[in-house]
Amino acid sequence: MGMTMTQKILAKHAGLASVTAGQLVEGRLDLVLGNDITTPVAITEFDKAGLTQVFDRNKIAIVLDHYTPCKDIKAAQLCAQARSFAQRFGITHFYDVGQMGVEHALIPEKGLAAPGEVITGADSHTCTYGALGAFSTGVGSTDMAAGMATGLAWFKVPSAIKVTLTGKPGKYVSGKDVVLHLIGEIGVDGALYQSLEFAGDGVAELTMDDRFTIANMAIEAGAKNGIFPVDARTRAYLKGRVDRPWEAVEPDADAVYEREVIIDLSALRPTVSLPHLPSNTKTVDEAAGMSIQQVVIGSCTNGRLKDLQEAADILKGRQVAKGVRCIVIPATQQIYMDAMAQGLIQTFIESGCAVSTPTCGPCLGGHMGVLADGERAVSTTNRNFVGRMGPVSSEIILASPAVAAASAVVGVIADPETVMGGTQA
Amino acid sequence: MKVYRYGDNVDTDVIIPARYLNAPDEKSLASHCMEDIDAQFAGTVEPGDIVVAGANFGCGSSREHAPLALKACGVKCVIAASFARIFYRNAINIGFPILECPEAAAAIRAGDMVAVDFGTGVITDETLGKTFQAAPFPAFIEEIIESGGLLKSLKTRGVAK
Repeated sequence: MGMTMTQKILAKHAGLASVTAGQLVEGRLDLVLGNDITTPVAITEFDKAGLTQVFDRNKIAIVLDHYTPCKDIKAAQLCAQARSFAQRFGITHFYDVGQMGVEHALIPEKGLAAPGEVITGADSHTCTYGALGAFSTGVGSTDMAAGMATGLAWFKVPSAIKVTLTGKPGKYVSGKDVVLHLIGEIGVDGALYQSLEFAGDGVAELTMDDRFTIANMAIEAGAKNGIFPVDARTRAYLKGRVDRPWEAVEPDADAVYEREVIIDLSALRPTVSLPHLPSNTKTVDEAAGMSIQQVVIGSCTNGRLKDLQEAADILKGRQVAKGVRCIVIPATQQIYMDAMAQGLIQTFIESGCAVSTPTCGPCLGGHMGVLADGERAVSTTNRNFVGRMGPVSSEIILASPAVAAASAVVGVIADPETVMGGTQA
Repeated sequence: MKVYRYGDNVDTDVIIPARYLNAPDEKSLASHCMEDIDAQFAGTVEPGDIVVAGANFGCGSSREHAPLALKACGVKCVIAASFARIFYRNAINIGFPILECPEAAAAIRAGDMVAVDFGTGVITDETLGKTFQAAPFPAFIEEIIESGGLLKSLKTRGVAK
């Protein structure tokens, strides 16, 4: 029986000729990842179990990104614990303030994820690297501890949903709109225990940054992972970043999918998710006019260079509306520098945005943009759950960088075309 | 054992809000458990109580702090129609019992007295006088649970040093 991309990668890492959906396998890990919230819990479990060795100090990445630069004493203690562990075992890929970025933007940028690899991370958005044709999935802290000690993890081989993308997206339609639309179609548990395998001629129309955004939010449909085929754009991205050998994996022609979802990219409108579930999607036309007090542009979902370019295009020469606070967070130091070189940071500051050093900060209500009672934010992040960015009475609307920037200018949820009217291609 | 009942898509942000993840000790996690969905929970839950919920329990963040918080509260187990996969994994890995049973999740009411036999997966709602059969765990997972969690099972197998 034919295998999907995910099944082929898992078979190879488990040392098996083939696997089938539902099979439990133990697979070899190419990278184990953790952050400043999950790593300390992993270290505690690691020490409690009396473990004394890591499997490979070059295949562990620890990124201090959630509460950093440390927001309070407790967060500082967690970072100190992670820092001391990294030092104790000589962890090569340890990223502290000054080098760190939002982990799922940083790991691909540093060449730590490649096609065909198996990566687990103690962060649910680890599924981001599926954009590069890797099998990557989020796990918890105990899995991280076990992975660091053994280089192994247990997996139930997932069945798959094939997501066929066709056509070319319109000017203000990005990867975020594609993935929000998909989650709206299948629901927040629509792909539970399954992989989302992307295919179709529409893939070639998506930039790598779009693909990272889409794979990143696979978890918001309950998926174990999301994975894209490797093409010329993937190879161009990997060039100069990954120098170890890697292998692109293609699905078998007779691979079995539980079902297929077809999305015509040319028919998509800018899409938003209203409170309090990512699946609560509306087109921007339906949501236009909803009031907001804060805009957040950044995160592992949408803090990459293309995201900042799209936001800056709209903010250039315009002002953030009175009564609205707009926070822009480049996801990594490299993205920050590239944005600076392109004049984007100047545009943001001239428009009245606050620009922050890389951090996950406001996405999880950690710091750098927490909401007050009854406030509503439009955010390019990934979750709009109750209490995610502030008190239970606060609300989050998820959107693309273009919609977020247009909303910042107008002061309510707005279609980018309303702001850019007449200037569109 | 009394039952606390919730709906579908109970996410890890409401099980333990991110604003408390800077203090991952059991006492702190327990004191804020379920705070954003049920402010009464942490103050009224007693050891042996059971949480019953709908589909996709534990969706969202990978924070192991979520099953840890429920375990630290003394919650005996969670019965749900389905679990989000990372929560499912984390619960097994830390040795916190979870039972997938859509029929029980639909029938059991808040406040019912419920007994659970983990050996057989039989759930008995003593108030309703009904029994339900939860899905059994695969042998591999059973072994992790019996060892008392993933790391202990790896040590037993001699895989981890």
